Amino acid sequence: MIIEKKLLKQDSVEKLFAKLKADGRRILAPKAQGDEIFFEQVASASEMAKDYIQTTLSPKGAVFPRVEALFRYQMEGKDVKIENNSEPQPTVIFGLRPCDAASFAILNSVFSWDYQDSQFKSRLAQTAAITVSCSRADEYCFCTSVGGSPGDTKGSDILLTRIGSGDYLAEILTEKGKAMVTLAPELFAEAPSEDKEKYLAKVPVKFDLKKLTEKLPEAFNNNELWMEQSLRCLGCGACAFVCPACVCFDIQDESKRESGVRLRCWDSCGFSLFTAHTSGHNPRPVQSQRWRQRVMHKFSYFNDRQKYLGCVGCGRCSRKCPADMNLLEHLKAIAEAR
Amino acid sequence: MEELRKKARELLTSGAVKVIIGYGPGSGKRVRAVFVRKPEQADLLICDDRCLQNLAVYLTKPEVKALGKAAVVARLPTLRAILQLAAENQLTDGQVVALGISPEGKMTELSQFKAIEEFLAGFSFELSAEEKATLEKLDQMTPEQRWQFWQEQFAKCVRCYGCRASCPLCYCEKCLAECNQPQWIPAASHQIGNLDWHIIRAMHLANRCVNCGDCSRACPVGIPLHLLNQKLAEEVFKQFGARSGMKAAQEYALCNWKLEDRENFIK
Repeated sequence: MIIEKKLLKQDSVEKLFAKLKADGRRILAPKAQGDEIFFEQVASASEMAKDYIQTTLSPKGAVFPRVEALFRYQMEGKDVKIENNSEPQPTVIFGLRPCDAASFAILNSVFSWDYQDSQFKSRLAQTAAITVSCSRADEYCFCTSVGGSPGDTKGSDILLTRIGSGDYLAEILTEKGKAMVTLAPELFAEAPSEDKEKYLAKVPVKFDLKKLTEKLPEAFNNNELWMEQSLRCLGCGACAFVCPACVCFDIQDESKRESGVRLRCWDSCGFSLFTAHTSGHNPRPVQSQRWRQRVMHKFSYFNDRQKYLGCVGCGRCSRKCPADMNLLEHLKAIAEAR
Repeated sequence: MEELRKKARELLTSGAVKVIIGYGPGSGKRVRAVFVRKPEQADLLICDDRCLQNLAVYLTKPEVKALGKAAVVARLPTLRAILQLAAENQLTDGQVVALGISPEGKMTELSQFKAIEEFLAGFSFELSAEEKATLEKLDQMTPEQRWQFWQEQFAKCVRCYGCRASCPLCYCEKCLAECNQPQWIPAASHQIGNLDWHIIRAMHLANRCVNCGDCSRACPVGIPLHLLNQKLAEEVFKQFGARSGMKAAQEYALCNWKLEDRENFIK
C-alpha cells in the first residue's frame, strides 16, 4: 500500500540524513571496504558506496546481529543479578535492496512464531528501511522467481527509485515512512508523473516456483540428487552468513567464575557440528544431507510452516560460495526434473 | 586442454582411476570443481588462468574418497598440498594420480610421490616480488599500526569457516574450534573470538600452508588471510630452511628438535 508518492532530490539525501540523525537515529548504509560493501553506520551520505548491485552481507545484522548478548549475570553473595539489555537505538537502514527489505518479514515469522523474541522484536520495531530499487541486476539475481521484483515495496518504509534526472521517486509506504518524511517535509517535493518501471532492472523469472515446491517433498529421498549437487560443497557457512533470511543461531555462554554473558551467534546448517549430538551421533553425517536440509528448509518446510519462502533471491549465497554452489541452478534442476 | 581431456579419457577408460577431479564450467565466467566419472564427460574439463582452487581439498573428503581412486588436476600449490598431505600420513603413495599443470599450462602425469617431488624441484617457491612487497609493507608498520590493520580485518569475520573449509591442510575431522570442553577458541564472532581463531589457525598452518591462497579467495568478507600464512612460512624458512609440501616424507619444523639446534635465543 502506498501512502503517497514524492520526489526526493539527489542532493537532499544528505539533508535527510542530518534530520534523521538530529532525531536520534543511527543510519546504516552501504560502505565500501576494499572490494566488499557492508552496512555500516555513516555520518554523511558521501561515505556511501556509489555503485553496487548488492552488498556483501545483508542488512540482517541490524535486527539479528551476528553476535549479541541476551543477558549478563553477576553473582552477588548468594544472589544472582541479571542484567538485561537496554532498548536498541532507533535505526534507519538506507540503500538496502527490495529483496533485503522483504527478508525482515521472514526473520520475524520465526522470531515471533511460538516464542516472542523480545530482543529481535524491539530491534525490528526500532528499525526503518529506506530501500533503493534495483536499476541493475546480475546473473545471480532471481527475486522475480521467488515472489519479489527489483521495485518491490514489501518490507520497505520508503522505496526510492532513481529516475532519469538522478533524483529519486519516493514511495512512502508505511507509518514509519511517513514519520521520517514528517521530520523533513521540505525535502519531499511533488512527485513527477513518471512510471518507475522503466528505471528498474529486468530480472527474468528463472524457474517455476510452484513446480519446485510441489517436487521437493518427493525429491527428499533422492539421495543421488543431493549427493551430486553437493559433491563440491566444502561445508563452510558462507551461504548462510551472507543470507538475509537465514535465522539459525547458536547459544554460547561465556562465563568467568562470578559473572558471565549469554550470547546468541549466527549458525549454519552447512556445518557438521550443527546437528552433532553430545553422544557423538550426528543425524546428518554427510554434506549431501546438510545441503538437502538447506534447500528443503528454505523452499519446503519454511513454506509450509511460515507461509513464507526462506529465500528472497538476492543471489548472495551463489556469488560468495567458494565452491560455486549455484543455488539457482540447483533449484532449476529440481523444478524442471521430470 | 586437449591433452588433459585425452589423458582423463584414457585413465577412466582403462579403469586406472574412477574419478578425475578437475575444473569445469561454472556460473557465468567462473570455473568450478567437477568430478568426471565417465570418459565421455572428459570434454567438460577446463584448464586456464581461472582455475585457481586447490583441488587437493577434495582428496580427504569422505564423499569424494568413496568414489574410488582419483586423478586430480594439479597446479603447483595442489601438488605441494598432495606432498604435504602425504608427509602428514593423509595420503599413501599411489592413492592419487596428479595431472600436474606447469605455470605455462603443460600437463604431466605424476603417479608417484617421487615424481611429484622431482617435478616440483624444477620450480622456485620464493614469494613473487609483489607478494614480498605486500609483506614488507606490513613489516614496516609499527606494532600498533599492524595491530590496527588486523583488528580491522578480523572485525569483518563472520566465522563462516570458509578459510578452514577451502584449505587442503585443514582436514581435521574435529577442529579445535569445535571443542567446547575446554573451549580453546570462543565460538562467537566478537573481537577476542575472531582474533583467537585467525591467530591459532595461522599457527596451526605454519610450515604446513602451501600458499595456494584459497583461504583469502574463499573469505566472503575479503580478509587477506593468506598474508598471515605467508609471513609464518617465510619465518619458518628463515629459521629452519624448510618449505612445506616439497617432500612426501618431511618433518614438521615446529614439532621437531635436533641436538644441533641453536639455543642462543635462551637467555
